Amino acid sequence: MNLLSAIFLVPLLAAVLIVPIPRTIRWGIRLVALMATFVSMVLGLALFVKFDAATAVNGFKFDYMTDWVSLPGIGLTIAYHVGVDGINLGLVVMGTIVAFAATCLSKEIDRFEKEYYILLLIMIGGILGAFVSLDIFFLYFFHELALVPTFIMIGIWGRGPDRNHATFKITLYLSLGALIALAGLVMLYLQSGLKTFDLVALTGHFQAHPMGEASQRLIFPLLMFGFGILVSLWPFHTWAPTGYAHAPTATAMLHAGVLKKFGLYGLLRIAIPMMPAGAAEWLGVLALLCLGNILYCGLVAMKQRDLNFLIGNSSVAHVGFIFLGIASLSLVGVTGAVVLMIAHGFLAALTFGLSGWLRQQTGTTEIAKFGGLLRQLPFVGTFLMIAMMAGCGLPGFGNFVGEFMVLFGSWQAYPVITGIAIWSALVIGGVYMLRAIRDVLHGQMDEQWKSLRDADVFRRVPVVILTVSLLLMGIFPRLLTDKIKPDVARIVASTKTGGMAKPTPSSPTKPVVNSHEVPKAHH
Amino acid sequence: MNAGLLLLEYAVIGLALLVVALDLFCHDSDRRRQIGLVASGCLAAICAYSFLIHPEGSAFGGAYVMDPLALWFKRFFLLTGVIVMVVSTEYAKQFETGVSEYYVLQLFALTGMLFAASANHFMLLFVALELMTVTFYVLVGYMRQRVSSLEAGVKYLVLAAMSSAFLIYGIALVYGVSGTMDFTQLGNRLQADHDLTGNVVLRLGMLLLFLGLAFKLAAFPVQIWAPDVYEGAPTPTTAFLAAGSKAVGVVLLLRLMGQAAYEFALGSEKLLMIVAGLTILYGSLCALPQRNLKRMLGYSSIASAGYLLMGFAAMSASGSVAILYYMAGYLFSVLGAFAVVAVVANRAGAADVGALAGLSRRNPLMAATLTMAMVSLAGIPPLAGFFGKFLIFKSVLEQGVNYGAYYYLVGVAIFGVIVSLYYYFNVIRAVYWSKDSADLTPIEISSPLRYTLWACIGGMLWLGLYPQVVLKSAAAATALLKLPSLN
Repeated sequence: MNLLSAIFLVPLLAAVLIVPIPRTIRWGIRLVALMATFVSMVLGLALFVKFDAATAVNGFKFDYMTDWVSLPGIGLTIAYHVGVDGINLGLVVMGTIVAFAATCLSKEIDRFEKEYYILLLIMIGGILGAFVSLDIFFLYFFHELALVPTFIMIGIWGRGPDRNHATFKITLYLSLGALIALAGLVMLYLQSGLKTFDLVALTGHFQAHPMGEASQRLIFPLLMFGFGILVSLWPFHTWAPTGYAHAPTATAMLHAGVLKKFGLYGLLRIAIPMMPAGAAEWLGVLALLCLGNILYCGLVAMKQRDLNFLIGNSSVAHVGFIFLGIASLSLVGVTGAVVLMIAHGFLAALTFGLSGWLRQQTGTTEIAKFGGLLRQLPFVGTFLMIAMMAGCGLPGFGNFVGEFMVLFGSWQAYPVITGIAIWSALVIGGVYMLRAIRDVLHGQMDEQWKSLRDADVFRRVPVVILTVSLLLMGIFPRLLTDKIKPDVARIVASTKTGGMAKPTPSSPTKPVVNSHEVPKAHH
Repeated sequence: MNAGLLLLEYAVIGLALLVVALDLFCHDSDRRRQIGLVASGCLAAICAYSFLIHPEGSAFGGAYVMDPLALWFKRFFLLTGVIVMVVSTEYAKQFETGVSEYYVLQLFALTGMLFAASANHFMLLFVALELMTVTFYVLVGYMRQRVSSLEAGVKYLVLAAMSSAFLIYGIALVYGVSGTMDFTQLGNRLQADHDLTGNVVLRLGMLLLFLGLAFKLAAFPVQIWAPDVYEGAPTPTTAFLAAGSKAVGVVLLLRLMGQAAYEFALGSEKLLMIVAGLTILYGSLCALPQRNLKRMLGYSSIASAGYLLMGFAAMSASGSVAILYYMAGYLFSVLGAFAVVAVVANRAGAADVGALAGLSRRNPLMAATLTMAMVSLAGIPPLAGFFGKFLIFKSVLEQGVNYGAYYYLVGVAIFGVIVSLYYYFNVIRAVYWSKDSADLTPIEISSPLRYTLWACIGGMLWLGLYPQVVLKSAAAATALLKLPSLN
């Protein structure tokens, strides 16, 4: 079987395998889930190792294609098509690692374990499927497949008195985003006249015969806002902190870490290469909106008294940098955005994993109730501190590499926005993260936490794996950037030939006055 | 005359007579319920047989046709009949008397549906519809001891009789102008004589015909009956109405629009779009505050009629394929849902959403079936409903290039889908994490019903994951319609 198909089919098959296991055999259910995600992770790492040596077909490696539905009579052909290039390789590998970590940390679940693990595995399968698919239909299909378990898991195993509200909020927001994107995707399909949903064929077609500017201006915002809602683009972000604060640990890890990146991936993989003129028109707006993420959500995070809401808001703020990198449309900036997508995935999973463990042990996430936990919980405390530091953009972690590249790359296109972003990243991010470290880990410890025990091995393994991944990315960034760069270069080049004039990153002087306008305006 | 073409109808009528005869030898109601199992088994055999045969031809001077479209819907109706019959057997414990008559009436309604699938003549259309509708009068009001059932029966009687009046009046007007009742001839005359298409009387007749059939679909503005009747009728009857009666409206509309009055239908896409949009809005918005499951499903069935009408409004080959596919997915989803509701409501005495509390502990299979049915109805992958809605949306967007208003229709439909997520997820929530679950006694269900639930789950998954087979059959079934294809 194709390696890529195996990566997401193993969890899905495991979900089916769990169905006949009696619900009283809890360890059996858990074992199957752990084995499946472990195998998936090993396959993901194998993919990473074998990537350089593999031969590319149409720019994609491990390419596999077969017909799923074929009815030329009514103009309907959908193929099952998978493949990876530099852009989704890292996401897939990161997804398998986070999936394994999330499954390890699912030990906290104490009721309906069977349903939980089935849904978890379906969610994992959907996430990984979405990132390996090269057919727009399946891209959407797998994304939705992963979303439904997310909603149900928050509803059943979520915590807090407001979890119904949170469930419905996240369901309605994300469904709205997905449906807007779907309308845009179907219109892309119809515009091409190719009668195929194949991503490679569609991209090739639109690069050879660019779509009319009017259509681009209409379809691009559909995709931008549809995908944007999925990634909590300001001002459509309010579902994210609420949803994550109420979600079970594994769901928050998987959604914030991996599934959320789908919208960014779609923007980069579908919207920009196929509609360069629409991108020129709208990316300036995106750059402005991402400032809302970086600045506004950063300030909101500063105000939070609840650790989970703080992490949720800071996660939304970090996403702003990825948007900025994509909006810059420069080789360095977009490469940085891809790196940051991966780094943020590890980081979000790490922080949500640790805070979820704290919540389960202490029954609260209110920052004021904590203090001095580092002494009582040396392991969890240390890693929480590491995660917070990585969140501030401390060198040595993947986030630093990504943010640095993004800011470097977007300076040319949006100097003012970038300036504000740097300021808020360093100052605001530093303030809330350091304050959280002080209030949670240092100072006087409350008597009631004397009985807390540090994490057991099931919690230690995933935390260590995620932290090591972050460190590896930060210390050897070329492991990733060398793989990402050629494919980003293709996308960036295609936007330039597609009728759009963008200032080259090397143009030395540029009036600051124009900085807020879309790149096209420099023409 | 090709009497052999009517084999399926004969078989179902014969089965109905067999049930009547068997009833003579049964003296207690337990035995009578077993008749239901026998009937389900025989019907399943007939249904299986229908998948093996491929007859073609016509009978009664062209009034009755057996073509791929008819056969597709006959299989659909038989499958619906089998599932409904199994659910009825489980439900029959509620009836004090007339257990086997309930089966017999269902078989007669099924016969009406089978004939309607083949109707190529207004006379047969009307007779088949009346056979079905009159039987439903009785089936809806079957629980004589319950006021709600009687009320539903009376409402259905009055409103359905009115829709029949619309229908027969429309037929009369169309016949008066065109001089024929035969669909094929009508199609030829309309094609030959373009003045005829513009004739006001003919238009009025067609409009009345459309209203009469829209009643079966439960489309706006003749949808008022659906929630009340769905709520009051015995649940198996509701299931039969939801899947069977709706499909009858679909097949007759397809035949009328695609074959008999194609020239006429071409000009009516605006009307269809407006009706579709309003139906979706009415169904989705009214379903929001519902607490009664059957009522909620009634409104959701109205919304589904709206999605089906979108496919009609597209007026294309891909639209009609989408309609058929949507119906196939709808069959498994809605029957799965009603099968669960039938048992749960039976236990709780009311079909309130609250009655679902703790279902996940009382019977995990039923909880899973209901959840999947809701997910499928909401149109979420990987289940059948997703692909059906996807096809419908795609077929409508395809037309948007020609006429911009189609985009607005899709906008309305997206709004409807979002709203529908709320009430469908409400059900899932009640099943899994509702707090007030007083009664946690396990619910035992008979093994035939268990297999049926598995079949519904299997059907939803199959249609969602491997659409090729059913899509091909749907494309073959609609190939004879004169709708424009994209190529």
